[in-house]
Formats: sequence, C-alpha cells, structure tokens
Amino acid sequence: MSGIPHDHYEPSSAGAKWLHRRLPIVALIYDTIMIPTPKNLNWMWIWGIVLFFCLVLQIVTGIVLAMHYTPQVDMAFASIEHIMRNVNGGDMLRYLHMNGASLFFAAVYIHIFRGLYYGSYKEPREVTWIIGMLIYLLMMATAFMGYVLPWGQMSFWGATVITGLFGAIPGIGEALQTWLLGGPAVNNATLNRFFSLHYLLPFVILGLSILHVWAFHTTGNNNPTGVEVRRTSKQEAEKDTLPFWPYFVMKDLFALAVILVVFWAIVGFMPNYLGHPDNYIEANPLVTPSHIVPEWYFLPFYAILRAFTGDVWVVIAANWISFGIIDAKFFGVLAMFGAILVMALAPWLDTSGVRSGRYRPQFKWWFALLVIDFMVLMWAGAMPAEGIYTTIALIGSGYWFLYFLVILPLLGVIEKPAPRPETIEADFEARVKKGAGSGGNGPSPEHVPAE
Amino acid sequence: MTIRTHSFSALAALSLSAGAALAAGGDGAVTDYEFSFEGPFGTFDRMQLQRGLQVYTEVCSACHGLQYVPFRTLSDEGGPALPEDQVRAYAAGFRVEDPETGEMREAGPNDHFPPSGLENAPDLSLMAKARAGFEGPYGLGLNQLFRGMGGPEYIASLLTHYTGEQTTQGGTPYYENETFGGPIAMAPPLSDGQVEYADGTEATQEQMALDVAAFLMWTAEPHMMERRAAGFTGVIFLIVLAALLYLTNKRIWAPVKKRAKEG
Repeated sequence: MSGIPHDHYEPSSAGAKWLHRRLPIVALIYDTIMIPTPKNLNWMWIWGIVLFFCLVLQIVTGIVLAMHYTPQVDMAFASIEHIMRNVNGGDMLRYLHMNGASLFFAAVYIHIFRGLYYGSYKEPREVTWIIGMLIYLLMMATAFMGYVLPWGQMSFWGATVITGLFGAIPGIGEALQTWLLGGPAVNNATLNRFFSLHYLLPFVILGLSILHVWAFHTTGNNNPTGVEVRRTSKQEAEKDTLPFWPYFVMKDLFALAVILVVFWAIVGFMPNYLGHPDNYIEANPLVTPSHIVPEWYFLPFYAILRAFTGDVWVVIAANWISFGIIDAKFFGVLAMFGAILVMALAPWLDTSGVRSGRYRPQFKWWFALLVIDFMVLMWAGAMPAEGIYTTIALIGSGYWFLYFLVILPLLGVIEKPAPRPETIEADFEARVKKGAGSGGNGPSPEHVPAE
Repeated sequence: MTIRTHSFSALAALSLSAGAALAAGGDGAVTDYEFSFEGPFGTFDRMQLQRGLQVYTEVCSACHGLQYVPFRTLSDEGGPALPEDQVRAYAAGFRVEDPETGEMREAGPNDHFPPSGLENAPDLSLMAKARAGFEGPYGLGLNQLFRGMGGPEYIASLLTHYTGEQTTQGGTPYYENETFGGPIAMAPPLSDGQVEYADGTEATQEQMALDVAAFLMWTAEPHMMERRAAGFTGVIFLIVLAALLYLTNKRIWAPVKKRAKEG
C-alpha cells in the first residue's frame, strides 16, 4: 500500500483462496499490519498507538456509562452519583472515562508537537496532517460536550461561556447561538443534543482515524531523519525498514504499558486531581462560579481567546478597518480558531525543504520556544484574565502566530540546514553503534551537501 | 497529630483548573489536618466514621441533607460498617417522601438521606469533593499533588475557624470565618462536649470537626478503599506487563541491532 516494495499476502489454503476471491479482507489486514516501517523510529512515534487505545477506552467506557446516565437537567447530576455509588464498578468506569479524556489530550498534544518537530506534515503527508487536525477539532468538540453532561456548575457555566463564542459572530451570532442551544440559554434541550452528539462524534473520529492511518500508509511513515525510505528495490527498502508486526507493535505496546502505569495510578489514587471541585456542585443558573475555567487541555486556546482585549492595538485596528464589525470579543474568537487554523496550514507555511528539525539548527530553538509558549499559555489560561496575566497571554498568543506565519516561512529561506544521513539504514546503524537512545545529532557516515 | 497552618490569602487569586478553591471560599486559612485515609495506603477509620455520623445526625442534619447517600451504604465494608439492624433502626429515625405515593413516611434502608431542610444550607453528600483546601503555588497545582485536594481539611477548618465576630446583613446574622474568608450565614455549629461519643472519645470542637469531615469524605467517595485497592493491583499488574513487554521487545530487536552493529 505504501509504495514501498514489500511482500504481499498470498492465500495458501483452499478456504483462504475462496475468501480472498470474494473479499480480500485478510490481505487488507496483512498489508496494514505488515507495513514496512522505518527502522529508526524513536520513542516519539509511539503516541499513535496510545491514541488508538484512548479512543477505544473512551468508546467502551462511554457506552457503558450511557447505559446508566440520564440526559435530563433534573436527573443528570443525580444519575452520575447513581453511577458513582450504585453501579458495579461505576466509579472506576467514570474515573477512567474522565481521566481517559486527559490522557487522550496529553497524547494528542505530544503527537502533534512530534509532527511539528520532525516535519511530518510536509509533502507528501499534508492530507494525513489535515485529517489529524480535523480529528483534533472533533476531539475538542466531543470533550467539551462530554464535560457538560454531569451537569455540575462548571459544566453549565463552561457551556454558557463556550456557546457564547458563537454569539460573538456579528449579525448571525445570536440566532446561531440560540439554534445551537435549542433555546435562549443552556437548558434541557442543550443537554440532550450534547449527549446525542457526544455519543455520535467519537465514531466520526474513529472513521477519520482510519483515514488518517490509510493516508500515512499510502505515503509511508515519516521518521526522525525525515529521509525517505529507498523505494528502488525490495532489497534496499528492506534495509531501511522492518515490518510493523512484530517490531513496532511490541515496542508500542511496551510504551503503552508504561504510560498506563501512570494513568492507572492517577485513576486509582488521585482521580479528581485534573478536575474542578465546582463540578461536584449541581448546575445552578442563578449562581455564577467566581472563576470559570475549562479543563486543562483547553487552556492554551482559552488563553488566546481572552488575550485580545479591547485595548490591544491589533484589536483596535481590526475594529477600525472593519467599521466596528469586529469587536474585541469576536476578535478573540477569530484568534482562537485562527490559532488552530495556522497550525493546520503548517504544510504550506513551512518553506524549508528539510523535513526533520534535527537538521535545522535555528528551527530547533524556535520550536523549543513554541513548546514553552504552549505551556505558558496553558498556565495563563488558568489564571484570572486581569493584570499581568493578560499581558503574558497576549505575548504568548503573539508568539504562536509569529511562529507559524513569520518564522516558519522565513526560516526555510535563511536557515542553512545541517547535513543529513543519506539513508535511514545509515542513521540507524550510526545510532545503534553509538548506543541507542542518545538524542543528539549522530555523525552520519556519509554526509550529503546541504541544500 | 501535627497541625500546619497555611494562609493562602496571598495566593488566593492564583488558581489552576486542577482544584481551585471557589465561590464558597478559598481566601481563608486551611489547616492541613492529618486524616487516616490520606496517602495511597490510607484507610477510613471505622470508629471515626461512626463518630462523624453521630455528629452529622445530632448537629448537621438539622439543616443539611445527604440526598445522594442511601442509608443501606452505612453498613458497607470500608465505611462506617454499622450492622444491618442498626442501619434499619437508624433510618427509621428519618422521614422521607415516598417516591411512588409522594407521601411522607418512615425511611427504610433503601431510601436516601433526606435533602437539606434549609434552602441556603447546601447538601453535604459531595461537599468533601466540591471544596478544595489547597492550591498553587503560582497556579502550578503542586500543593494539590502533594497534600491532596484538601476537601476534608477545608470542612474541618471551616468548622473550627470562626473568629467570634458577628455582623448583620439585611436583618440576618453572619459569622466571621477565617477559612471561608468572610462572613458566613452558618452560626458556629460545634462547641466542646456538644455530643457524647459512645466510644468514650472526648468530644472537643476540633475532634468533632475532624470526625464529621472524615465522615463527609466517605459520603463523597464511598468506594475510595476499593478504588485504591484496584489502583494498587492495576499498577502492579501493569508494571509486570511492562517488564515482560520490555524483555520481549528487547529480544525481538536484538538480532536487528546486532546486524546494524556489524554492518
């Protein structure tokens, strides 16, 4: 499938031949599992498996939780307590589902930043990247709606704030918000549709995940060098690759087991650490919490949303140019969605012909700063939107856009990349000889001239 | 018992999503009391839960409900573990609304505790999870990580940190409370010797506050002991699994790496 020459499935028994003529499903599974995978993948390439595990975990625990949950404003909160107290293993199921969302997002962020560092979004993997970004957007929608279901204070007020974003769209905003909520405010209709969509979207994510895998199985995996697998002959391809099964399945499962140790410890010993105490208070439309904060995984983008207040010059400029149509609130909404959009456009914004950040001496530093920026934004998002925090959030948001819109396009032109290994095999051998695991630039046996 | 008092007023404005102290308080002093159920291997003290139940029954229940807690769970292992006949007798002391007929009747073991009798008295079922005593520093969430979320500490502190000052707002008396960080509508509910413990423990104000806080931790998280046991078993199992997978992986890759070294 990947255009990398490799052995294909041949049905041997009569039964297998019979099935293969009618439905070549075994061949499909075989080719998927045995895909030639670059030998030199490092430990940052394990997050795909972790993410697949998360999706299955969330769907399985979610389906069981849905059997006991009541999507009705007067009964939702009590039905969660019913799950926590009376359903066999219900508290474990719910805590797994709650913290499963956190693991899901932690993994997806690392997965995305891995892609950004090693240039996994670059030609010819743009479609894989775009599908990934769609999955990420759907994950955010699903997680947001799921958080509303327990009908706690933070559920209710979080829903009010976030759906209010759509209300900020000039002209159609208010009508759109009413249509989304099924009424003028968050109410029973909102809870019902959120439950319905929270059940539906994971299956859309599953479908997109299959497309995501299909797309990178067509182009072949990227790898830490960004150097393509040799495709000229099967012998050469085999020097650069190993079949996914068993080499990478076992490696990924080992990594998954280590991650699950931490995950299980959190679920068992501190399941509410990542949650918000206010969500153990039933929703009350008459009492606003003093401090409405989303879950941690939304904080960086929440910080961007809040950073652009009315006294920031870009907001004033946008307001003036648009004859007042774009106010501070709408600007914030545009900035938040824009922050994800510029990330999705990375394949076209990055002008460098070198894929991997490993061979881009200047890029490395800007990228490290982006990771720090992401953390700072996450922290700023949890802080009150006042004083120094707004300034920090504004600087952080500014760097986010600067990185994608200015630094990525410029670096490709001005940066002089370091020499890259000629083949994946050469890189792999150099690294094994040096002792596995050392992160730096392994001296490659044959240097290629820089572009 | 070691008692460390931490004032968070300076840090009150800084709160991370992971357990910010909220509307109901947070700018106040929370004492880091030690509870038997703290830490990964802590367990509920059965006698303490029974004493806490007694304090709840004789003091708190006048205004506060426990609407999510079924009476029958009072006999659960790992909880107060009252004998079933005692639970039946205890439940009979409450009157609840029959869900089918809508009439008031004597409660049985399968009924829940009644809801709060006073409109401004919150239900206590989940109070130990709905309040956070610890936060920060600087919104980093480290205090919650090392000390726990501090729900029961918050409750015990609230009950013992009245300053004695009293103000009147709109004809209603309010009582200054350090943990709440301002005036609160609840009058100081506990005073020394207010209840007489069956097990002979001296009923000081602090002792009663700790006992009822422990009891409310149980009502908020009745399966905590089972959950920790599952957590412990799971972690051990996963460590063994990870070790086996590590060895398998190493062995699978060994010939590939050997060839690369020689090549």
